Amino acid sequence: MLKLDEVQMRLLREVADLHKVPEGAYNIRSNSQSAGRNSTANIEITSKQDVSGLEIRIKPGTKHESVHIPVVMTESGLKETVYNDFYIGEDADVVIVAGCGIDNCGNQDSQHDGIHRFFVGKNAHIRYVEKHYGSGDGKGKRILNPVTEVYQEENSSVEMEMVQIKGVDDTNRTTLAELAAGAKLVVRERLMTHGKQNAISTYSVKLNGEGASADVVSRSVARDDSYQKFDAKLLGNAPCSGHTECDSIIMDHGRILAVPGLEANDVDAALVHEAAIGKIAGDQIIKLMTLGLTEQEAEEQIINGFLK
Amino acid sequence: MLELKNITFRVNDDGVERGIIHNLSLPIPNGKLVVITGPNGGGKSTLARLIAGIEKPAAGQILWNGTDITEWSVTDRAKAGIAFAFQQPVRFKGLQVFDLLRLASGKQLRMAEACEYLARVGLCARDYIDREVNASLSGGELKRIEIATVLARNAELTIFDEPEAGIDLWSFQNLIEVFREMRETVKDRSILIISHQERILNIADQLVVLKDGRLSASGAKDEILPELIGTASAVPDCRKNSQGKGGDAEC
Repeated sequence: MLKLDEVQMRLLREVADLHKVPEGAYNIRSNSQSAGRNSTANIEITSKQDVSGLEIRIKPGTKHESVHIPVVMTESGLKETVYNDFYIGEDADVVIVAGCGIDNCGNQDSQHDGIHRFFVGKNAHIRYVEKHYGSGDGKGKRILNPVTEVYQEENSSVEMEMVQIKGVDDTNRTTLAELAAGAKLVVRERLMTHGKQNAISTYSVKLNGEGASADVVSRSVARDDSYQKFDAKLLGNAPCSGHTECDSIIMDHGRILAVPGLEANDVDAALVHEAAIGKIAGDQIIKLMTLGLTEQEAEEQIINGFLK
Repeated sequence: MLELKNITFRVNDDGVERGIIHNLSLPIPNGKLVVITGPNGGGKSTLARLIAGIEKPAAGQILWNGTDITEWSVTDRAKAGIAFAFQQPVRFKGLQVFDLLRLASGKQLRMAEACEYLARVGLCARDYIDREVNASLSGGELKRIEIATVLARNAELTIFDEPEAGIDLWSFQNLIEVFREMRETVKDRSILIISHQERILNIADQLVVLKDGRLSASGAKDEILPELIGTASAVPDCRKNSQGKGGDAEC
C-alpha cells in the first residue's frame, strides 16, 4: 500500500509522470524505503541481499509491458547509493521508467547515486526514460550521480532518454555501453542548469560488433553561473557507425565544455562528432517579439522548444 | 493608420556616419494595399524595420492611429497590431511550425485553424504542422511558413519585406493570390509590401518609390506604375524561376 505525502506525490509526477499507482511492474522508493512494489507474471522485482538495490528480471519475449522504479527523497541529509540490475530476456520489448526527485528544505545535502546496469538479451528492445528533478528552498544541496552501464547482445536495441531540467545542484553522470554485432544504442539527453549548478556527463560507448551503431545527442542550456561538461567518447572496434552531438545554448555567465572523443580501431568504423555552443540568436528573439512576446517570453519559448 | 513624419536613419560604418533614410514623411492609410518599391539599397527594408521597431530612427516620429510609437519596443508595436514578415525567415531548433502559428495567433490555436493558415500558403498541413522550423526546411518552405505566421497574426497593419525573395515560381503565384485575398478583406486594415516585382506592384492600391533614402514618387498605382515599367523598381518576372526549376530558385 502506497503511503506518500503531497511533496512525494509531486516529485513522482515530475520524474515519472505518475499520478497514481502505475500499471504493471513497479517499485517506488521513498526516503530509502520501498513504498510499494509489484511484480507481474513476466517481470520480477526482488531486493538485492548484499547491497541496497533491486534485481529486475524480464522474461524472454515479454512485450508491451512497463517497469516503473522512481525514487523520491524529502528528508534533508539522506545519502544513498543504490544498485539496480536489469536483466532483459531475448526478444523482449519493454519500457523502463526510472528517475529521481529530491526535495530538500533542510540545510544538509541530499544525495542519491543510482548505479543501473542493463543486460540486454539478443533482439530485445528497451526504451529507458530517466528524469531528474530537484526542489526545496533549503541550503542543503540536491546531488545526483547516476552511473548507467549497458551491455547489449546481438541485434538488441536501447533507446535512452535522460532529462534533467531543474533543481539539481550537482550531478556527475556516467554512461558506459558495450554493443555486440548489430546492436543499436540511441541516447537523447536534455539538460538545463541554472544558479551555481554543476553538471558533468561522461559517455564511453564501445562498438564491439559488426554493424553496431550508436547515436548520442545532448541538447543543453547553461544559465546564470552554472557549468556543464559533456564528454562523449565512442570507440569503434569493428565495422560500425557512431555519432555524437552536443548542441548547447549558453546564457548569462554560464560555461560549457564539450569534449569530443572518437577512437577508431577498425578501418570500417565510421565515427562522427558534432558540437555547437552559442547564445540565442538575436534574430530569433526579434522574430518572436514581432509576434507580441516580450524578450523574456521569447527566450523562454526558444529554450522550451530547444529542450522539448 | 500609420504615419511617418520626417524620419531619418543613419548607420555607423567603421566610424563614418552614413545616411540611409533622409527626412522621409509618408502616410499609410487604412484599407489600402501599399507597395514600396525602388532600386536596391534605396532604404526599403530599413523603412520596414523602422516601422516594426527593429531599428530606431535618429530623428522623426512614427504615429500609429494618432499615438507616437517612435520609442515603443518591437513587442509593444506587435501588441498594438503591427505584424512583420521577415525577408530572411528565422530558423529555430526545436520550435515546431504549430508552435510558431500558436504564438503568432496569440491564443489557444486549434489544430484545424493552424492547418488552414498553412493551406493558404500552399503547404500540406499534415506534412508540416509538426515539423521543426530548422535547417531541414528549404528556403521556400520557410518563407511560406513565415507568411502563414503573419496571416495568423490577423493584424491591423501587416508588413511584408520582399515576400517573393527565396520562393519558387509556384509559390510566387500562390503568394499573389494570398495578397489578393488579403486585399479583398482588408477593410479598415492596411497591408504594406516591400517589393520590386511588377506583378505585386500590379495589385497595389498605392505605390511608393524610394530612391537613395528619399521619396522619389508616391501615388495611386495607375499613375505611378507606367513610369516604373522596365526600371529596377518593377522587375517584370522571376527570371530564374521562369526557367522552370522550381524548388528553391530565387526571384
